[in-house]
Amino acid sequence: MRFPENMKYTKDHEWTKTEGKLVTVGITDHAQSALGDVVYIELPSVGRVLKVGETFGVVESIKAVSDLYSPVAGKVTQVNSSLGDDPAQVNKDPHGKAWMVQIEVSESAPTSDLMDAGAYTKYVESIK
Amino acid sequence: MLKRTSLYEEHRLLGGRLIDFGGWELPVQYSGVMDEHEACRNAVGLFDVSHMGEVHVEGPEAENYLNYLVTNNVAKLAIGQAQYTTMCHPSGGIVDDLVIYRRGPQRFLVVVNASNTDKDFNHMKSVSGQFKVQVTNESAHYSQIAIQGRKAAAIVAQIASAALEPIKNYWFVESQVLNNIPAIIARTGYTGEDGFEIYSAWEKGPEVWRALMKAGAPYGIKPCGLGARDTLRLEMKYPLYGNELNDETNPLEAGLGWVVKLDKGNFLGKDAMIRAKEGGLSRQLVGLKLTDKGIPRHGYAIFNSDGSERIGEITSGTQSPSLKQAIGIGYVKTGHGKIGTQLLVEIRGTKFPAEVVATPFYKRPY
Repeated sequence: MRFPENMKYTKDHEWTKTEGKLVTVGITDHAQSALGDVVYIELPSVGRVLKVGETFGVVESIKAVSDLYSPVAGKVTQVNSSLGDDPAQVNKDPHGKAWMVQIEVSESAPTSDLMDAGAYTKYVESIK
Repeated sequence: MLKRTSLYEEHRLLGGRLIDFGGWELPVQYSGVMDEHEACRNAVGLFDVSHMGEVHVEGPEAENYLNYLVTNNVAKLAIGQAQYTTMCHPSGGIVDDLVIYRRGPQRFLVVVNASNTDKDFNHMKSVSGQFKVQVTNESAHYSQIAIQGRKAAAIVAQIASAALEPIKNYWFVESQVLNNIPAIIARTGYTGEDGFEIYSAWEKGPEVWRALMKAGAPYGIKPCGLGARDTLRLEMKYPLYGNELNDETNPLEAGLGWVVKLDKGNFLGKDAMIRAKEGGLSRQLVGLKLTDKGIPRHGYAIFNSDGSERIGEITSGTQSPSLKQAIGIGYVKTGHGKIGTQLLVEIRGTKFPAEVVATPFYKRPY
């Protein structure tokens, strides 16, 4: 399982891609594999303000319901609405087409501990 | 230390994702729940169900004993025939749902849920003293493999000695597979598809499994885990003990009145069931589908159409792979269960529209 180098990762198996003040968030290949076939996804509305660690949505597989936690504090600027009609994208392209939200981070707001690709790979190995 | 069936190594070789299922280490999936579910519905799937419990019942009063123990009428069972039934407490609550196979005039195989094996055996023993019958727990000596789907018969025919055509639904033969492995080959199952459950000696399980996988390869056979087993039975509205049925549930409210024969002699729970029927049932088990979005899950509350009254709760729910929509089973207050009734299901604080529908949800096309 390969995790893109240009992303940072959380212990809850989310990835973040930062461009200036904009952070795009999704779930990792490990997360989608653990979930199984994704059949339903609930994402917030644009404009929603999030704290670090706050639940911003839900992703459901046939068997399980899994909360999505915001890795940063800020305001939701974009939401990937195509996932509503095609939740299977999360299994097919978790690091690319299945991005979930884009958040504009607040100034000097705390972020959760983020790992680089190498550290996340080790972390995934350790919990297997 | 989790219990393992004799097929544990087969599951590992096939890449099964092993989980703790009621103390057993079994695969929840191999290639994926959706993929396995579709394989079973379109061709054939293979299931290790060796964790189920098997109890031998034999003796001069075996039939009378079983007829006192269970709600269905065992006297109607012919040799070579199987019967689905419940067995109840005197209160009318369900101890378990089970299948009885009649092997001889006074010789039966009783197959119970894996999660209830000890409880059921103790219950069966506690009642047996009044009858000339021997009741023994043989679960550790059986492997049980289910092969389900329209291609199942063609595959089993390649390894079974007996002809399968004469075995109708809910009948079985005592024969052999692979020429020298004694096996009970039963046309029973928990998926709604045509298929068989093959009972053989515990240590013979791997040989039977591998032979079925090999013979099934040209037909597209796939090993199926507990995840697909659940979505398949849910689409048929088959109850699952622990979800739809428990010690406090009455078979009548669970829609199992068809296996409760009040016109036979006395049986455990009979009085309670007569009282329940005369008094009117307070709730009923229904199937429903979500009208727009949302997936119902066990424990979610059900409300009436304007949301003013909580009228029940979901016992099982999922996104149906075959129907491609969210379906659920649940109990609702009597009067709210007619087909077409509009309801609401509360999911994470929001109420989503749903409708009572006819069941089974899935109708097989052959």
